[in-house]
Amino acid sequence: MINVLKMNNVNVTLNGNDGKIEILKNIDLTFEENKIYVITGPNGSGKSTLAKAIMGITPISSGQILLDGNDISDKSITERAKLGIGYAFQTPARFKGLKVKEMLDLAKGRNDTESCQLLYDVGLCSQDYLDRDIDSTFSGGELKRIEIASILGRDLKMALFDEPEAGIDLWSFQRLIETFEKMHQRYKTTIVIISHQERILRLADEVILLNDGTVSEITSHEKFLEKISRLNSGCDCKNDCIKGGAFNADCDR
Amino acid sequence: MLTAIDKDLLEKIADLHEVPHGAYNIRKDGKGISRNTTANIDIITKQDKPGIDIIIKPGTKGESVHIPVILSKEGLCDVVYNTFEIGEDSDVVIVAGCGIHNSGSADEQHDGIHEFFVRKGAHMKYVEKHYGEGDGTGQRILNPKTIIEVEEGGVAELEMIQIKGVDQTVRDTDVILHKNARLIVSERLHTYLDQNAESNINVKLMGEDSSAQVISRSVAQDDSKQVFHMNLLGYNKCAGHIQCDSIIMDNAKVSSIPEISAFDSEAQLIHEAAIGKIASDQLIKLMTLGLSEKEAEAIILKGFLG
Repeated sequence: MINVLKMNNVNVTLNGNDGKIEILKNIDLTFEENKIYVITGPNGSGKSTLAKAIMGITPISSGQILLDGNDISDKSITERAKLGIGYAFQTPARFKGLKVKEMLDLAKGRNDTESCQLLYDVGLCSQDYLDRDIDSTFSGGELKRIEIASILGRDLKMALFDEPEAGIDLWSFQRLIETFEKMHQRYKTTIVIISHQERILRLADEVILLNDGTVSEITSHEKFLEKISRLNSGCDCKNDCIKGGAFNADCDR
Repeated sequence: MLTAIDKDLLEKIADLHEVPHGAYNIRKDGKGISRNTTANIDIITKQDKPGIDIIIKPGTKGESVHIPVILSKEGLCDVVYNTFEIGEDSDVVIVAGCGIHNSGSADEQHDGIHEFFVRKGAHMKYVEKHYGEGDGTGQRILNPKTIIEVEEGGVAELEMIQIKGVDQTVRDTDVILHKNARLIVSERLHTYLDQNAESNINVKLMGEDSSAQVISRSVAQDDSKQVFHMNLLGYNKCAGHIQCDSIIMDNAKVSSIPEISAFDSEAQLIHEAAIGKIASDQLIKLMTLGLSEKEAEAIILKGFLG
C-alpha cells in the first residue's frame, strides 16, 4: 500500500488563559491511499485539531507532516490545497453574495465534474440551489451538504470531513453514506472522517480513537463496534458516553 | 460627439456600448448632447433651471429610459434638476448614472437632484451607477439627491451603486410611501484611498400597509471614510427593514447610525447594522480550495458588492 500522508510525532500547543494547553501530543499516524479512516473520540479529544493541522489551518508546534514523502509542515493552507488536501468544515462559512455555482466552480478548478451531479450526490436539486447565495437563508443541513459537495468536486489525494453527518436528516444520511462509498470506489482519495456515528464507523478500514490529544487505539470498525456493544450491554441509560470524556462522564460498565 | 473616453464612461455607468434603444438623454459637461423620445416617453428641457422633465404615460409597460451624465472637463460644477413623472400602472426601468473623467488638477463635480412621482400602481426600477477615473489631482465629486413619492400600490425599486473612483460623495435619498406602496433599496458603496462617502436615506411610511426594505452594503479600504445615516419613520400600519452591512479594512473608518421612529402602534420597524472585517472563516474556506489569501479576499469583496 502507498502511504499518502504521515504524521511524525506531531504536537499542537495553544496559548490559553491558564498558560499553554497541549491539544495534540506525539501523534504518529500513517494514512494509506484509497482507504477510509474514521477518527472518533470524546469531545475535546483533539479530532478537529488533528484534521486542521493536516490542512494547515492550525499550525503544529513540533513534529512533521509528510505528503507523498515530502515535508509539508511549513506549507500554507493554499499550498496544501493545491497539493491535493481538502477539508469539509464542521461549521461551514456563510457568504453574502457568493452563489453555490460560484463556490462549486472554485472548488472544481479545472476538474470537469458537473455541478448538477455534485449537488445530486448530496441530495440537492441543482435547479433550486445553483443560483442561490450561500448566506443565512440556508439551513444548517443545506449548508453542510453544499460544503460536502465542494469537496466531492475536487481531485484530492486526501479528503477530510469534520462531522459530516451533523445537521443532516436521516433520509439524506443514507445518501451521504452512499456518496462516501462512491467517492471511495471512483477515486483513489484517502478519506478521513471525524464522526461518532455507527453507520459511518462501519465504512472505516481503520478506526482511530483519540483521547486527550493522543491516539489511544487504532483498530478495525468490527473490533471497535464490538467493544462498544459489549460496554453497552450493561448500560441502563444507553448513552454513548466514552470513559474519559471531557465532562468526566465516567462510566464503569 | 462622443469621444472614446465618453464611450468608455457610458459603458461603465450604463452598460451602453452605443446609443441606447428607446428613450434617452445624454448629458455631457453640463449640456444635453443627444436625446430620443418615444410614443410613451417624453423628455422636455426645463425652462427655469438646468435639467429635464421625463414624462412616462400611464400604462407604459416594459420600456426603459437612459439618462447618463458624463463629465470630462476639469473645473466643472454641474448642477442638474430632473423630474420624473411615472404614469399610473406603468412598469419602467430608468438607468441613470454619472461617470467622471478628470485628468486635470481642478475638481469636477456633478450634483444631480432627481425627483420622482411614482403614480398609482406604477412600478419603477431606478438604476444609478457612479464611477470616476482619470489620473489628475482634481477631485471627482458626486452629490446625488433623490426624492421619491410613491402613490397607492406603487413600487419603487432603487439600485444605487458607486463602483469606484469617486473622491467625495454625499448621497441624500428621501422617500414618501403612501397606502400599499413599496420601496426596495439596494445600495452598494466602495471607497478606497482617502475617499469620503456619506449616505443618508430617510423613508417616511405614511400609508397603511406601506413597506420598505433597504439593504446597504459597503466596503471601506485604505484611509477612506464612510458614514451611513438611515432613518425609517412609520406613521401608519407599516413594515420597514434596514440592513446595513460594512466590511472595513486597512485604516478606514465607518460609522453606521441607525434610526427608526414609529408614530403608530402597528408600525413594525427593524434596523440591523454591522461593521466588521472579512470573516476569517470565509477566507480560510476559499484558501482550502486553493486560492491565495489575496484571491480569496477579492472574491469575497466582489460577491459582497455584486
